[in-house]
Amino acid sequence: MKKYWSMLLIVMLSISILAVAGCGGEEKEPAGQEPAITKLVVGSETAYAPFEMVDEKTGDYIGFDMDIIKAIGEAMGVEVEIRSMEFTALIPALENGQIDCAISAMSITEDRQKVVDFAGPYYDSGLIIAVDKDTEGISTLEDLEGKPLGAQIGTTGADACLSIQEKDPATEVKTYDHVGEAFMELQKGGVVAVINDFPVTDYYVKTEASDTVKTVGEIFLADDHYGIPVQKGDTATLDLINEGLAKIRENGTYDEISAKWFE
Amino acid sequence: MDFGFTNTEWFFGTMIMDKLNEIYGFQVVVNNLGNFTMGAVLTLEITLFSLFIGMIIGMIAALGRMSKVKIISFISVTYIDFFRGTPLFVQILLLYFGVIPLIFDATPVQAAIIACGLNSGAYVAEIVRAGIQAVDKGQMEAARSLGMTPTQSMRFIILPQAFKIVVPPLINEFVMLLKDTSLVSAISAHELTHTGKMLYASTYQAVWVWGAVCVFYFIMTKAISMLGDWTERRLAN
Repeated sequence: MKKYWSMLLIVMLSISILAVAGCGGEEKEPAGQEPAITKLVVGSETAYAPFEMVDEKTGDYIGFDMDIIKAIGEAMGVEVEIRSMEFTALIPALENGQIDCAISAMSITEDRQKVVDFAGPYYDSGLIIAVDKDTEGISTLEDLEGKPLGAQIGTTGADACLSIQEKDPATEVKTYDHVGEAFMELQKGGVVAVINDFPVTDYYVKTEASDTVKTVGEIFLADDHYGIPVQKGDTATLDLINEGLAKIRENGTYDEISAKWFE
Repeated sequence: MDFGFTNTEWFFGTMIMDKLNEIYGFQVVVNNLGNFTMGAVLTLEITLFSLFIGMIIGMIAALGRMSKVKIISFISVTYIDFFRGTPLFVQILLLYFGVIPLIFDATPVQAAIIACGLNSGAYVAEIVRAGIQAVDKGQMEAARSLGMTPTQSMRFIILPQAFKIVVPPLINEFVMLLKDTSLVSAISAHELTHTGKMLYASTYQAVWVWGAVCVFYFIMTKAISMLGDWTERRLAN
């Protein structure tokens, strides 16, 4: 018996040591000449059409966000490399320095601003409720209380579901790694509604599910803006992206890209 | 009051606790111990029910595989090959979003149990078959020569001996299955890994959240293998 307890203790201790080491060891580089940025490694969850998706023919990452970040890269003369990863992994990857920034239809929220800095905003979004075509009588968040709801883990849509659950604990919230799985759940009747970003749900309904799913009610959380997160305190990358964003807004590239994906 | 610590030990103990309490990730873990426990309980439930289904199906499939009736052995072999030859993750997605909705409306947990049970059944089948075949051939011949039917020989002579042989690999399968249930977080079964995912998505404390999840899994698997050691010792006597 004793051997097991000591083994357990060792495991727990080594984990806490790792964690403490990880928290304490961040030293800022001395201020001075910083090397010019030549390359941006960009994280993105590439399953969120029309913002980011994979081109079925070529296998390239395409979408509104992809065009925006590439245009920024072009305007600022830096190379852009896209890395596909889970949405929930984006912010930890930024913190660890595995990526320089992320563009993934990420809303600027207070909680996120505590751990990363946001460049932008570059797009105004908002949430919408999607239900089965035959569902009647749902148009507001209050109508959803006590019903099974679906969303993607770590999104503002999931936060909205959880706040409904707080009001009425009978509400069941099912969360998935990708929004596509939440839509599948809606299609097979496992949830009554999916709460997700309006442009994405709208695109899904129009392209994939026009005869099975519909959006209801008004777009809410209308002060929801997408930003491009960078590591906290990384002003060099932040300034570069903001400058690039201003440039492409000025020279009309932004409007072109917007027209390409949303009209 | 005397807790059995010397003053120095007590001093360092409280100092470590104070330091830990200042860390955000530690607070996240401590404040969510209840959620982790609930997740762990569901993990254990899914594992136990899956293992139960897996044992029954596995036993049938093992005997079916050794059957002389061609069609029965063909079905058993196909089942075993399919579930052993494709990833459990894919099986979970296929069953939950594709196959099960055609039959009935399953909750994520029910679907998880069905998927893990079917998968486990294929592995159990191979364990049981190996166990039966490990029993000396002479045992069957002796039983038959005493006038037992093949079924009787199987039931009273071979299976009891095979049981002893299969216990260690079955415990191993139990541990593997418990770890594999982490995959059902993809269909929103709110077990331990899903608890971790949700918490990680709102706090970004990778080391602390996933470290805590690891500790919970480790406690469970360790408990199972200790139970296995104990059973083995009991069977040896």
